[in-house]
Amino acid sequence: MLSYWLTLCINLHTVLLLVNFMYQLAYCSLIVSHPVGKQVVTMIPGDGVWPELMHSVKDVCKQAGVPVVFDEKYISEIQPQQNCSLEEFVDAVTKSTVCIKGILQTPTGKGNTSELESLNMAMRKMLDLYANVVLVKSLPGLRTRHKNIDIVVIREQTEGEYSSLEHESVAGVVESLKIITAAKSKRVAKFAFDYATKHGRKKVTAIHKANIMKLADGLFLESCKEVAKMYPLIEFDDMIIDNTCMQLVSNPYQFDVMVMPNLYGSIIDNLAAGLGARHSFAEAQGKNIANPTAILLCAANMLKHMNLERYGNRIESAVYKVIKTGKVRTQDMGGYATTNEFTNAVCKVL
Amino acid sequence: MQATKQILSLARARLTSHKSNLPKYVRAYSDAATRQVTLIPGDGIGPEISAAVQQIFQVAGAPIEWESVDVTPVMQSDGKFGIPQTAIDSVIKNKIGLKGPLATPVGKGHRSLNLALRKEFNLYANVRPCKSIDGFKTAYDDVNIVTIRENTEGEYSGIEHTIVPGVVQSIKLITEAASRRVAKFAFEYAIANNRSHITAVHKANIMRMGDGLFLKCCREEAEKHRQIRFSESYLDTVCLNLVQDPSQYDMLVMPNLYGDILSDLGAGLIGGLGLTPSGNIGEDGAAIFESVHGTAPDIAGLDKANPTALLLSAVMMLRHMELNSYADRIEAACFGTIKEAKYVTGDLGGSAKCSEFTNAICDAVTQL
Repeated sequence: MLSYWLTLCINLHTVLLLVNFMYQLAYCSLIVSHPVGKQVVTMIPGDGVWPELMHSVKDVCKQAGVPVVFDEKYISEIQPQQNCSLEEFVDAVTKSTVCIKGILQTPTGKGNTSELESLNMAMRKMLDLYANVVLVKSLPGLRTRHKNIDIVVIREQTEGEYSSLEHESVAGVVESLKIITAAKSKRVAKFAFDYATKHGRKKVTAIHKANIMKLADGLFLESCKEVAKMYPLIEFDDMIIDNTCMQLVSNPYQFDVMVMPNLYGSIIDNLAAGLGARHSFAEAQGKNIANPTAILLCAANMLKHMNLERYGNRIESAVYKVIKTGKVRTQDMGGYATTNEFTNAVCKVL
Repeated sequence: MQATKQILSLARARLTSHKSNLPKYVRAYSDAATRQVTLIPGDGIGPEISAAVQQIFQVAGAPIEWESVDVTPVMQSDGKFGIPQTAIDSVIKNKIGLKGPLATPVGKGHRSLNLALRKEFNLYANVRPCKSIDGFKTAYDDVNIVTIRENTEGEYSGIEHTIVPGVVQSIKLITEAASRRVAKFAFEYAIANNRSHITAVHKANIMRMGDGLFLKCCREEAEKHRQIRFSESYLDTVCLNLVQDPSQYDMLVMPNLYGDILSDLGAGLIGGLGLTPSGNIGEDGAAIFESVHGTAPDIAGLDKANPTALLLSAVMMLRHMELNSYADRIEAACFGTIKEAKYVTGDLGGSAKCSEFTNAICDAVTQL
């Protein structure tokens, strides 16, 4: 099964997968030889509550008997003493091809460093993680404003407004450059259509503002249209960003897979996450109260992508079952359970 | 029905107290005769809803005289198509305009009316109040925000070029002058409209200089208006919070693109563009108020359209002209009629015609 998949997977792509805005999971599939039996997954424990949540992932994977080995690489910006070097990390990920990562906090107030110079960005650049995938799906049994949402948001994340090219022409006049290229637009569009094909999705919607940014967003839209021609089985349409926001809050069910340039991605990710999912709180470190749902679902998706679908599905349905039963819920879902209790409940179902 | 009566009596009580404070004020306007306002009825359903607004204003006795103009593009002396000069002259003379929806001919090569008006009168701030409407249920019933959008620069500067084939550079322009102007307006609006909290929406973590400059101007204006609470928030955070709990925001001020997105998002929260008014504020008191929904050609002329957005825009206009008592009365009548739900149009889940809805509002206005 494994070797079969490896021969099939010939298109080189590197993806950063992110569920519900704070939950990241870096994720590369390159053609490299894997050890027979267990696959290696690089793991960054992350800052704040994340080491605890990663523990939960390890426990659940162990319980489910998933044939992976976690290779922990400690890397952090707020406690850099025990860091492995960025190069070492990149090497490890290039070899393992898959990485699950807790959130790295970017220290603020360090003079001139913006988020663009953070460790997260450095990783993104070095691994050329060009597509950001956010799966927004309502969890059964949880009450939110909208129900049954199932949207995939795919965001180009190497160019656009995040070019960090800015200058002050004269005092009080600032120009910020947004760069859009045909090559990168096509790359992410192709990824979106491939994703839709692989996951049985019906429609891809390109999000843009080409009525105003005729050249830049126009190029993005043209690129998407061109790629769409190669995928006649997937329906393609486009929508202007402001209208998209309005439609998302009034009728989110019309969307399936969405693909867009960088900044719009950041907007839609958060909007969509706000509709169907819930926010986890960041100040929960060490208190054993953080909610591991998203990272567990993330791990399940990672396993599916590694062609360990059987395990991915098992973990996913175990998590859904625990939430739906409603007996064991963490504070943010209106319950009293600790992180450990939730993890144990999932393990028990498994 | 009971509830409507209550609302109406409440509104009446508020109005009488209002009137007693303002005898001089009201007289000043009635003495100074009526004021002229340019009316651009627009295309599609535009004429119907404009007529509805005129009818309601007449019943309410608002001291407004409408000067209706046609803005169908005509060939100009330089051979290009554009808005007729008479329309522009009318707005220049009156300084205040009310505009229905316009069908934008795509790719016909003439400047859009919006752009021409914006340039002509330096309409630098777009104001959109979004308030949940009683009687029209959406997933959100606790929305009461005002978005203020910088309207002249930012991402919509129109400065773009292809560097080499397949590589486009688009320039977002942020200037201190324009940022300060809109920030100042936001704080003044907050004070004039009894708002308490302004949030500047930005992405200065990514666009450090551009959005940083905008933020700096907001902070400086906040220092000058200490009675208004000021905070800053990232665009993505605001998006997330808006759809989870919109009640935590009061007023939002932001650069062009973010404003475009968030004002439409706000409209989405309360049930769409058919219910949200919009005003474009320029320098020296010039202002154009408009409904921002489409022309709905499918129901044009069928007496099915909902005039609420244009009516509420006209109410904003009255407030801008400091004719608050008329504004309050018309607004109360409009909300009361929607809440009563007896005569509402199809888009609000009713079956009334535009004219029935309008008559119901007129009745409510006379009862107030």
